Amino acid sequence: MDYLLNDEQKMIRDLAHKIAEEKVRPVAAKYDQTEEFPWDVMKVLGESDLFGLFIPEEYGGLGTSVLSLCLVTEELSRACGGIAVCYAASALGTFPIILYGNDAQKKKYLPDLAKGSKVAAFGLTEPEAGSDASAIKTTAKKTGDHYVLNGTKHFITNGGEAQVYTVVAMTDKNKGARGASAFIVEKGTPGFTFGKKEEKLGIRASVTQELVFNDCKIPAANLLSKEGMGFIVTMKTFDVSRPGVAAQALGIAQGALELATKYAKERHQFGRSISSFQGIQWMLADMATEIEAARALVYSVARMVDSGIKDVGKESAMAKLFASDVAMKVTTDALQIFGGYGYMKDYPIEKYMRDAKITQIYEGTNQIQRNIIALQLIKEMAK
Amino acid sequence: MNIIVCIKQVPETTEVRINPETNTLIREGVKSIVNPFDMYAIEEGVRLKEKNTGKVTVITMGPPQAEAVLREAISMGADEGILICDRAFAGSDTWATSYTLSAAIKKLGAFDVILCGKQASDGDTAQVGPGISTHLDVPQVTYVKKIEEVKGQSMRVERMMEEGYEIIETPLPALLTVVKEINEPRLPSLKGMMRAKQSKITVWSQKELNLDSQKIGLCGSPTQVVKIFTPPQRAGGQMLKGEVPEIVSQLAEIVKDTAA
Repeated sequence: MDYLLNDEQKMIRDLAHKIAEEKVRPVAAKYDQTEEFPWDVMKVLGESDLFGLFIPEEYGGLGTSVLSLCLVTEELSRACGGIAVCYAASALGTFPIILYGNDAQKKKYLPDLAKGSKVAAFGLTEPEAGSDASAIKTTAKKTGDHYVLNGTKHFITNGGEAQVYTVVAMTDKNKGARGASAFIVEKGTPGFTFGKKEEKLGIRASVTQELVFNDCKIPAANLLSKEGMGFIVTMKTFDVSRPGVAAQALGIAQGALELATKYAKERHQFGRSISSFQGIQWMLADMATEIEAARALVYSVARMVDSGIKDVGKESAMAKLFASDVAMKVTTDALQIFGGYGYMKDYPIEKYMRDAKITQIYEGTNQIQRNIIALQLIKEMAK
Repeated sequence: MNIIVCIKQVPETTEVRINPETNTLIREGVKSIVNPFDMYAIEEGVRLKEKNTGKVTVITMGPPQAEAVLREAISMGADEGILICDRAFAGSDTWATSYTLSAAIKKLGAFDVILCGKQASDGDTAQVGPGISTHLDVPQVTYVKKIEEVKGQSMRVERMMEEGYEIIETPLPALLTVVKEINEPRLPSLKGMMRAKQSKITVWSQKELNLDSQKIGLCGSPTQVVKIFTPPQRAGGQMLKGEVPEIVSQLAEIVKDTAA
């Protein structure tokens, strides 16, 4: 389908495609096995200016769009969902600074993030605060011109590898969700260490690690926006980053479809290619149709975000929900087409199924996405 | 440093099909790319600029669509692209091509180094680089695998040999042809691609270069292509089986029969 991308968007997509094929696909299996952070690929993405895509021009970026970010994430995910998330998670950690940072904060952090010489991460989730983000226990206490952070964040993508973290902590426990604030914390700050590194089912090229704050003193100037804005910063960040997760899911699904179609043509049983069987053809047709529907939704929502429309929560949630469910279904069916070989690690398809699963879980489980959609629907009805 | 890189647009395939009647390459339906060996020359040119400051000018001779390879070079970090384009240049052999390219380089003025890929993947002659150096009367070093250092008006390079390598010091200006061992070409950057898209490509025809018609194109080409063909595939060999003494006597029989 033609999505009427402009020349610049096509150029961005084509460059990401080239990088995905030449630099990502050849190392996807290696990083899946070693669970090391793919710094060599991050370097290439940085040199190609792809980290600068979503950062305003005045801070060293290209100031393009969420749609461009989605195109890149999709292309990288076609080759490796894990490496793609290292890239996308840096965008997630950077968005709070773009959306709510003051000029000094932007000047200090964005140019390096745009170059990819530094990578960002977003620290919200805690052991007891997953879907219920208001239950976070990490505290930030103001003392003079500093805040002192205490607590533990876990399941943090890019944790330990990123140099810049945006962290949500409670500045006033009595105010519940309205008592949370967002801060920028640099790696290397005394009292900021890294805890358990998770071993994961999928997206194993990305690193997921605990952030531990133990009397970690940061300048008061690192507060993003105002005290009490932590959840608004988080929700608005997710509104613009969720199309990215949706694009990751879309890319994983597309990559799996391509592999399955190729395999179906090559694999012979009963004296002919299995792609000549209607049972296989219909599976491929359904996979392709679902992917196209997901792509139409993801691109539309990304364009909506780029247009500056303020309230995109419902649509963002829809894109993430739909694309990730499609990814899970498509990768499962793709593995089915590979049959017994698909179940083996010698073939690349089982990784796609493992990588797809997380997209239904992170940046809000798909159940939470449905809550967001339903609440907004009811709200709209009440108007 | 004033760096000049000569590049060529070639079909993206190693299995070039040939039109047996016209003795020319069939370009229809085949994507065009920068000659792979020239990618190393572009990369080396950009690295030289980054290390020593200066300017990289990329030159190609070809039809109007060859402009695309100049833009690709700019997206990798080259500063300027010059397209030598005129129907009068059609049919040039390596002599006429290197003559025309050398005229363009003369028109550009002073330079420190000219970089070329060791050969093009379509014609495989490896003659244009050395030809340019001859026309310009500057030293040439072919098959360079490393530029060790640039000092003032000279350069120390490693030249790839079949076994080992030579270290050569050459005065500048000079022409180098490079092999793939010299570097790993970078991917283009988005900013580079945007710059490339907006760059103005200078186009020079026979008139701008003020060239004698007898020395360019088909007229200026001493090489005449009499016939060009894809060699027939070799038939499969015959495998002999058994113990060595048996095979030896079988082989001897075959040799005897063939000789007879």
